[in-house]
Amino acid sequence: MPHSILTLITFLPAGGAALLLFWPRTGASAIRNIAMGVSLLTLLLSLPLFPAFDTSNPGMQFEQSAAWIPSLGIRYHVGIDGISLFLVLLTTVLTPVAILSSWKSIQTKVREYHLFMLLLETGMIGVFVALDFFLFYVFWEVMLVPMYFLIGVWGGQRRIYAAVKFFLYTMVGSVLMLLAIIALYLLNGATTFDFPAILESLHQGNLILSPGQQHWLFLAFFFAFAIKVPLFPLHTWLPDAHVEAPTAGSVVLAGVLLKMGTYGIVRFCLPLFPEATREFTPFISLLAVVGIIYGALVAMVQTDIKKLVAYSSVSHLGFVVLGIFALNEQGLHGAMYQMLNHGISTGALFLLVGMLYDRRHTRLIDEFGGLADPLPVFSAIFMIVALSSIGLPMLNGFVGEFLILLGAFDADRTYAVIAASGVILSAVYMLWVYQRVVFGQVTNPRNRRLLDLDFREKLVLLPLVVLIFWMGIYSESFLRKMDGSVSQVLQHFRSSAVVMKH
Amino acid sequence: MDGSLALEIPQIFPEIALSVFGIAILLLDTFLPKSKRHAATGIALAAIALTAVFTLGLVGEDGTFFSGMIVVDGFSIFLRITFLVVGALTVLASSSYATRENLAVGEFQALVLFAIVGMNLMAASNELIMIFLGLETLSIASYILLGIKRSDAKSNEAALKYFLLGSFSSAFMLYGIALAYGATRTTNLEAIGREIAAGSAGMTLIYVAVGLLFVGFGFKVAVVPFHVWTPDVYEGAPTPISAFMSVGPKAAGFAVLVRVLMVAFPAAYAKWLGLVWLSAVLTMFVGNCVALVQSNIKRMLAYSSIAHAGYILVAVATRNQEGVAALLFYTLTYALMNIGAFTIVSLVSRQGDRKTYLDDYAGLGFKQPGLAAALSIFLLSLAGIPLTAGFAGKFFIFRAALESKFVWLAIIGVLNSAISVYYYLRVIVVMYMKEAPDDWSPVAMSSSAIAVIALSVLGILQFGIFPDMLISLARSSVIGYR
Repeated sequence: MPHSILTLITFLPAGGAALLLFWPRTGASAIRNIAMGVSLLTLLLSLPLFPAFDTSNPGMQFEQSAAWIPSLGIRYHVGIDGISLFLVLLTTVLTPVAILSSWKSIQTKVREYHLFMLLLETGMIGVFVALDFFLFYVFWEVMLVPMYFLIGVWGGQRRIYAAVKFFLYTMVGSVLMLLAIIALYLLNGATTFDFPAILESLHQGNLILSPGQQHWLFLAFFFAFAIKVPLFPLHTWLPDAHVEAPTAGSVVLAGVLLKMGTYGIVRFCLPLFPEATREFTPFISLLAVVGIIYGALVAMVQTDIKKLVAYSSVSHLGFVVLGIFALNEQGLHGAMYQMLNHGISTGALFLLVGMLYDRRHTRLIDEFGGLADPLPVFSAIFMIVALSSIGLPMLNGFVGEFLILLGAFDADRTYAVIAASGVILSAVYMLWVYQRVVFGQVTNPRNRRLLDLDFREKLVLLPLVVLIFWMGIYSESFLRKMDGSVSQVLQHFRSSAVVMKH
Repeated sequence: MDGSLALEIPQIFPEIALSVFGIAILLLDTFLPKSKRHAATGIALAAIALTAVFTLGLVGEDGTFFSGMIVVDGFSIFLRITFLVVGALTVLASSSYATRENLAVGEFQALVLFAIVGMNLMAASNELIMIFLGLETLSIASYILLGIKRSDAKSNEAALKYFLLGSFSSAFMLYGIALAYGATRTTNLEAIGREIAAGSAGMTLIYVAVGLLFVGFGFKVAVVPFHVWTPDVYEGAPTPISAFMSVGPKAAGFAVLVRVLMVAFPAAYAKWLGLVWLSAVLTMFVGNCVALVQSNIKRMLAYSSIAHAGYILVAVATRNQEGVAALLFYTLTYALMNIGAFTIVSLVSRQGDRKTYLDDYAGLGFKQPGLAAALSIFLLSLAGIPLTAGFAGKFFIFRAALESKFVWLAIIGVLNSAISVYYYLRVIVVMYMKEAPDDWSPVAMSSSAIAVIALSVLGILQFGIFPDMLISLARSSVIGYR
């Protein structure tokens, strides 16, 4: 494997976007084909990472490093470990799915739409592979711009409000993180923004953060990530953005963007600020549990299916955060796994909602009922995805939730018990909406003649359904790859916690 | 001494060249037939190119000349180049504007050259009186440029307002200079610094003098609470001159402020630091918050330029080399984005500067994608989104601020930068997310305006993605700077 493989995967979509920039705007189908081709090629290039990834090495692999802005100690440094490997793959899988899903529904400004989709892919992959703080921040921020346009131009009724809210929320969080990054760099002797190097000097005792410094730096980082996750009560941008975004935007938003927050917590907050992590764990776990229950309860009373799925994300991401802050192997494994599960299941749910919307131009639950009859294939897939989202054994969601609860039980029984009731609530809202939409007689005559999924739509959903089963049955093949890196994060966390105490 | 004076003339070749060409343009304008008067633009550009050659020839010089009145060092050379860039872009942007609005191109370009002379002298002054002379040269040229649309009431209002407030602030400054002279018996910056350090100066007088000088410069660079003239003046001025005013005199004012405070009055400056801090905070907040509610884009950019003065003031407050280097980087890159943005505003406003409201941008994104994309880049850069020079500049400033332990100033700064995103995005929202009106008329482009926009975009991306060279250059320009 060439050592610039990650760079290639990261910037190939941007290259495609540059090509589209100069493509005549009239050739809509050619534009779709180019975007699809580029994202598929990116997927093809990224797939070999999975077998080539060395399970026995918990550190960074496929690394590449080059000077970028030497006068400020900034390098172009990329690499992946068991934590980011799957998030990169999740991104490269979901992008072509998202592009294919909007084949018919996007008919205006086709060129610009695909241009932003591809730019977004570069930004998302970049966030997961960047190992230099400055580089990470650049991807983190730059990715906002295409997402902002996707929501704002191709979104629903209140798209402008949602787009601006999305941008501003993230921006407020991330500027404070920027200061924390600069502060960390200055405290470390103002020589480098390289994350592994800073971590190393922390372990060597060359960089010693006082409890006060840890406290504030942790908060600055965590605030940025918590907005992105989104952790209750910072979640209010999410329902707006999800509901107003076009289907493909929601898929990417739920599938990948939210993971950037939890990824950031695992990658940066835990290893860099172990003491502060311990200090805030009870508080954050509480917020996570509140989010689980709150998200589920609000989801239950929604009349709009897309809103329901959006609030279910708040609940699911609460699980992920709870798993991370269990601060043990099971919890962290579960959290990592659940991040992927949520990306796939919620992505698939948004796709299904989008397909309904394409047919009926409404997403209100009351408008539907008895869809099993006219839409058998749709209903079957919806069943699988709903069950995966609930966490039925043999499907992907079960593994993640089970591990999280296991870890959480070890850490704090009360929270684990409350969170477990969140699992029940998720079954309630999911099965209830399924029943109201799919079962029974066709109540609305306009639903009687609906056409079932066509070939393209089946193709869109197929990879996700395959992954739902694969990750549910052979979870070991995924967990094994994460194992080393997850243990290392915890090891770093524990060893530096010990150093701090002495 | 007299013999060596002639040898020192090359140190001010740039200013001599600009003045000679400026006068030549004025003369030609009188003698040439009307149809050939647009040649003034070419001559002005040639003058700036020649001046750039002279200025670059000074690189490596370090010392004072003309009995200590002129200082040539990395700092002043960097600034002179900045002013030439500002001047070249203004000349280019003005040429098509002057044609469209039926203004006298020759006068216009000659006055821009004279304004650059003033700014250059300010940057190279080592002496309070020289600073004042440079400032007045700049000011008189700007008074005329602001009011050059003689039949336009708003342009007249802008010129009159700037003239009255400008004279007012000059008076403050002169009073400050007089007090400083009274306390130290000299107007030479280094000599003042030595006198104060030796303890032979009356400190009460010095404190008052520094306060008065800060007020005077505060007017020129438009920091709160001396900013009230800015929106009216920028709104009424011919648009290329609004662009020029928001970057050129501002950069010159800050440069001189830094030099005066750090060379002549370091001790007194420490006393005033709290006020500079407060002024920076207020400037950022007032600029950004008032910009949020503007519907006229020229006024919005005016408040945005106040906010940016606040960020630059953060760099001034750091009082170290890194802060001064950040100031140099920021003023140059800010010039590119603001002139770029104003140039597009000027094009979109059509003849007579009529369409300057936000709604006039509806649908521009898909009607004229190139123009809208360029404006988006300028606005994102002003907002400080990564990969633009605006981000690199802010990064540099906040890094310097944190290094000097101004943690709260940095926090307030970045939060302001987040606030500012809202109003810059508003323009992008209107361009891309609102439909064009039915009576849409295309924006007429001109080759000179395209050149300004293209150069600005290239500069912003170059210094945004690969800022290393400019950062190193800015840093090496302030070596030895106290």
